[in-house]
Amino acid sequence: MTATAGERRKPKGRATALRAPFHALAQRIGLSGRGLVVAVPYFWLIAFFLLPFIIVAKISLSQMIIGRPPFTDFFVWSDAWLPEIQAYLDNYRWLLQDSLYWVAYLNSVKIALISTLFCLLIGYPMAYAIARAKPTVRTLLLLMVILPFWTSFLLRVYAWMGILRNTGVVNNTLTSLGILDQPIQMMNTDFSVYVGIVYTYLPFMILPLYATLEKLDGALLEAAEDLGAKPWKVFLTVTLPLSLPGIVAGSMLVFIPAVGEYVIPELLGGPDTLMIGRVLWDEFFSNRDWPVASAVTIVLILVLVIPLALFQRHQAKVQEREA
Amino acid sequence: MPETLRARPEKHQPWLDASLRPYIHIDAVTKQFGEFRAVDRTTLEIHRGELFCLLGASGCGKTTLLRMLAGFEHPTSGRILIDGQDMTGVPAYDRPVNMMFQNYALFPHMSVEQNVAYGLKQDGVRKPELKQRVGEALEMVQLGPWAKRKPHQLSGGQRQRVALARSLVKRPKVLLLDEPLAALDKKLRERTQFELMNIQEELGVTFVVVTHDQEEAMTLSTRMAVMERGQVVQVGTPSEIYEFPATRFTADFIGSINLIEGRVKRVEAAGVLVAAPQLGCDLEVTGATQVREGQSVCVAIRPEKIAVAPNAEGAGPEEGAPNAVRGGARNSVRGTVRDVAYLGDSSVFRVDVGEGFLIEVTQPNLLRSLERKVDWDDAVVLTWRADAGLILTE
Repeated sequence: MTATAGERRKPKGRATALRAPFHALAQRIGLSGRGLVVAVPYFWLIAFFLLPFIIVAKISLSQMIIGRPPFTDFFVWSDAWLPEIQAYLDNYRWLLQDSLYWVAYLNSVKIALISTLFCLLIGYPMAYAIARAKPTVRTLLLLMVILPFWTSFLLRVYAWMGILRNTGVVNNTLTSLGILDQPIQMMNTDFSVYVGIVYTYLPFMILPLYATLEKLDGALLEAAEDLGAKPWKVFLTVTLPLSLPGIVAGSMLVFIPAVGEYVIPELLGGPDTLMIGRVLWDEFFSNRDWPVASAVTIVLILVLVIPLALFQRHQAKVQEREA
Repeated sequence: MPETLRARPEKHQPWLDASLRPYIHIDAVTKQFGEFRAVDRTTLEIHRGELFCLLGASGCGKTTLLRMLAGFEHPTSGRILIDGQDMTGVPAYDRPVNMMFQNYALFPHMSVEQNVAYGLKQDGVRKPELKQRVGEALEMVQLGPWAKRKPHQLSGGQRQRVALARSLVKRPKVLLLDEPLAALDKKLRERTQFELMNIQEELGVTFVVVTHDQEEAMTLSTRMAVMERGQVVQVGTPSEIYEFPATRFTADFIGSINLIEGRVKRVEAAGVLVAAPQLGCDLEVTGATQVREGQSVCVAIRPEKIAVAPNAEGAGPEEGAPNAVRGGARNSVRGTVRDVAYLGDSSVFRVDVGEGFLIEVTQPNLLRSLERKVDWDDAVVLTWRADAGLILTE
């Protein structure tokens, strides 16, 4: 008994010795072990989210100049003691004046909304089928959902170009079968943009939906049926409301990146497919107008974040009321 | 079935009336899951107003049978009739039955009230009537004040009562209950048993209960069916099954019992004399049983039907039959106490009657005393009446 106790103590001693310097450091800067753990995600968010955001916000308040960097300084050290702040709201005024930006924002939101809806319509039955499949088949089906991630996103978008273009797989097949006299224009239209976005983001809809549907207790469905509900009524009154968290999560995962999507409209969309991601790119790289590009970014973030924050708060309140 | 059990006219015993058509008729039903036969050519007749228990160990097919009544599973062969109506091909939502699920299966996103109202809404019951019936159902299970709560805000016992109200509010012809009390603790279970019985009596709804708990089945049921490997082994009232088990399996499954192997020595007018080499004495068993002389049988004796007394003559083997009490008395054997379990209201003794063969004896503790009359390693004499034993041939 004593021998084992001795053995047990040994590694513990080593660990303490290793931990001691960290401990001392942490204590000097006033952090407990728990604080240290919490500090890691905070550090991450501050370093890679908040700081870049502040930098972009600062640029959005400056003016474009020819030079390097191509914008005016935010702080001007005219006085030796206090810096003078030079902020201009011209860029934001510009966004309001030129209808291009508003149209681009609205169009992005519209395309993202419609794409999210299609992802939901296609993804829900798929997630449902996977959740109800036999455990052995289920793993395989899930793997197939994730499989596209193993190839490059760009390659997959190029593959769609091969499928959709006038001399692509679809048009060639249809014309050679005599169904079509001449190819349909699918590439470089809004249609091809929707195809690209729905295809790319579908897994992000399926996975959270699958997670909630898989947890759904089958006895609840049987109970509803037992109480006289026909299958579609069971779905509407039990399955659908109970999978709502999955629907919300999946929709957010699709909607948010889809609004700012650049690559898909650039490669698959036509010249008149106006999305805010493309506008941003043009301002930044073609016009080299960093301040306006930054303003576009800030507005985009606000447009996305404010409704989400309000929604989250509403959800939290509902939960609080129920508990 | 012995005559004494039949002569109780005032009691509701519809199964004895041959002119009555059974309310639920399970007719040679078989359910096959791949290679596994969950229910095997089972036939059962359940009458209106009965509280019928399906009792058996897990995997005996009782739940599958219940799910076939509910319409969640469909028989591979055979058919089920409820109130004379063939249920083959009738989907679960069109059956005049409701089920109370094992873990209650309450809808977590609906309040107590909405849960109870769900079934009525599916039937298109209008609002004033719906409100009234939901109110009555909640009143019945004493949950009125909790109507607005969500299921996760209730205790286990309350959830069970919501499930009961929800399944009864549609006034089904038959209520199916899958292990209704399994999730409750012991005290609550006992109280709920009686509540269930009262509600059943009041409403007159036919209850079919699945349970693995023999005590629950004994308390609740008017009649019960003991199932083993997909087949019904015996059907009867709790006392019939306890006192007159048909097979060794039933005898052993319900309560505890001493099973003594033997061979019929002589068939007399009053009863049968069985030679039991394990005991070293002859057993006399009265009661009508069709046996031949020389047939191997099993004598079953319930532990509480055996009396235990200190052996005044002292232990010690004798010539011939080593354990038989002097004078060759029947149904009397000597032994040594190996185990004593004090349960408060009664004590259980395990008595070694020779070569490690243990006989279990239960004695009520009638007197308040801290001292035991019979204790470990005491020499004792076990005696029982000739009508205490039962001859089993299967």
